[in-house]
Amino acid sequence: MATVSAGQQADLGEPAGWRRTKNRIATSLMWLSFVLVIIPLGFVLFTVIAKGASVISWQFLTSPIPPQVLPANVGGIGPAIVGTIEITALATVIAVPLGVLGAVYLNEYGGKNALARLIGFMSDVMTGVPSIVMGLFIFSIWVLHFGFSGLAGALALACLMLPVVIRSTDEMLKLVPDALREGSYALGATKSRVTLTVVLPAAIGGIVSGALLAVARAAGETAPLLFTILTVSTVNANVFSGANTSLPSQIFVNANSSFVGAQGRGWGAALTLIAIAFILMIAARFITARFARYTR
Amino acid sequence: MEESEQKIVTSLPQPEVLSQSQAEVPATGEAIFDVRNVSIWYSAFKAVTDVTMPIYENEITAFIGSSGSGKTTVLRAFNRMNDLVPGARVDGDMIYRGASLYGKDVSPIAVRRRIGMVFQKPNPFPKSIYDNVAYGPRINGERNKDKLNEIVERSLRGAALWDEVKNRLGTSGLSLSGGQAQRLCIARTIAVEPDVVLMDEPASALDPIATSAIEDLMRELKSRFTIIIVTHNMQQATRVSDRTAVFSVLVNEKSDTRTGVLVEFGRTQQIFEDPHDPRTKAYVTGRMG
Repeated sequence: MATVSAGQQADLGEPAGWRRTKNRIATSLMWLSFVLVIIPLGFVLFTVIAKGASVISWQFLTSPIPPQVLPANVGGIGPAIVGTIEITALATVIAVPLGVLGAVYLNEYGGKNALARLIGFMSDVMTGVPSIVMGLFIFSIWVLHFGFSGLAGALALACLMLPVVIRSTDEMLKLVPDALREGSYALGATKSRVTLTVVLPAAIGGIVSGALLAVARAAGETAPLLFTILTVSTVNANVFSGANTSLPSQIFVNANSSFVGAQGRGWGAALTLIAIAFILMIAARFITARFARYTR
Repeated sequence: MEESEQKIVTSLPQPEVLSQSQAEVPATGEAIFDVRNVSIWYSAFKAVTDVTMPIYENEITAFIGSSGSGKTTVLRAFNRMNDLVPGARVDGDMIYRGASLYGKDVSPIAVRRRIGMVFQKPNPFPKSIYDNVAYGPRINGERNKDKLNEIVERSLRGAALWDEVKNRLGTSGLSLSGGQAQRLCIARTIAVEPDVVLMDEPASALDPIATSAIEDLMRELKSRFTIIIVTHNMQQATRVSDRTAVFSVLVNEKSDTRTGVLVEFGRTQQIFEDPHDPRTKAYVTGRMG
C-alpha cells in the first residue's frame, strides 16, 4: 500500500489566476445576456396581462365585436377567435403536408441534383420574403378574382409557413442516421417503404414540433391578412367565402382606434392570442414526447 | 439511380478461372454464389479488383484482411447495398443460384429479400422490439396477427434473445444493450427467412461475452442459412468459419491509390495453418501484409 504523507496532499481546488478570472467573466456575461433577453419578454408579457386581463371573461371570448365607441366591458372578440382558428387550421392543412412532402423530396429523393438544390435555395429565399408581400401576392392572384375570404388569408399564411416547414422537416430528416435506412433496405424494402416506415417515424417528433412552431407564428401574423380577409364583426363560420376576421387583424384595427373601449378590447385580444400561442407550444411539447416514445 | 447501375454491368464469363479455384478447394456443399473477376468502383476509384471465389451453401465464409482491403465493399456487393452509394459500380459476374445478381431485370429489392445483412453497428429501428422483428414480414405483406406473433417469437428464439425480452416486447428497441441490440438485428434479419445472411463485423462493437453469444448463434444458424462474415478478428474467423477469404491492399505508388484484392481463398484450417500466399502468411501470423 502506498502511503501519502500529509504534506503532499493533492490540491484539487479551483485553479487561481487568469483562468479563474476568465471563467468568472464568461459566467457573468452569460447571466447578463440571459437577463437582457428576459427583460423585453417579461415587459411585453407584463404589459399585455396588466392591460388585457381585466377585460377577459367568457362573454368577451364569445360575443360579437361591438362598434368601437362602446366601452371595454361590452361585446367581445368571438368572431376573431373563430376566424383565427379556422384560417390557421386551413393554412396548416395546406402548408404542412406540402412542406413535409417537399422536404422528403429534398432529402430522400432529390439528393444533390440540380432541381433539389434549386428548390432548397428558393425555399430559403422564401423564408426571407416579408409577410406583407405574401399578402399582396395572394391579393393579386386570388382576392382580385374570387373576393375576400378566410381561404385567401389561409393561402397567404400557408405561403409563409411553407418554407419554415420545409426547412425544419429537412433538418429533422438529415438527423435520421443512414444506418436506419440501410437496415430497412437490407430487409428488401423499397425506397417509399423506407421513407414511410423508418425515416418519417424516426423524425416525426421533430417534424411535428417544427410544424407547430410554424403554426404558432402564422397564427400571430397580421400583414398577410390585411388584404385577404378584411375584418367583420360577426362570426363567419364559412372559411371559404365572405370576409372574415382574426385576432391579429382585430388587434391592428383596435390599436388604431381613438376609443378607450376599443383599445381595451385590443389588449384583451392580444392576451388571448398569446394564450393561444402558449397552448400550441405546450401541445407541441406533449405531441413530441408522445411521438418520440421509441426514439430513446 | 438503380436502373443506371443495372445497365453498366458487364458479364465476363471465364470458366477456366473458376475451375482453377475450385480445384484448389474441393467443394463439399453446393456453391450458392459464384463470384468471377469482380471489380468494384466508386466513380473513378477502383476499390476492389479481381475477386474470384465460390461461396458454399450452409457454410460460414469469413472475409479477413487489413483495413481498406475491400472486405466490406465486396460483402455489400452480395446484396446490392452498394447501389445506395452514388457512383458505385460492379464489373464482372456475381452468380447467385444460377442468376446474375447484376443482370438486367434483377430487382435489388428481390435480391435483398433473399440475402439479408447484419451491420457493424447495431441499428435497431426506433420502434418497439416486436415491431423491429415484424418489420420485414410486414413489408412483405404479412398482416395476420397470429402469424406475426409466431414469426416474432421464432426469430427472437433463433437469435437467442427471446428469454431476455419476452416480457417487454413493447419497449423500444433502442433500450437494449449493445449485444442484445445486435441479436435483435439478427432476429430482424432472419424473420424474413433469407437464404443468405451477410454480417459486417457483427461483433466489433461488442464485449467478449456478447461476442461469444453471437458466435454461438452463427454456428447454430448455419444449418439454416449460408453466412458470410467480415471480421477483423482472426480468432473469430478460426472459431466460426469453414472457409476464409484473405484480402490485401495493392498500393499504386504513381497515383497514390489503394485497391483491395483477394489474395487467397480456401478452407479456414488451410489458410491459418498452411497459407500458400506470402501475404496471407504475413497477415495471419501478425506481420501485417
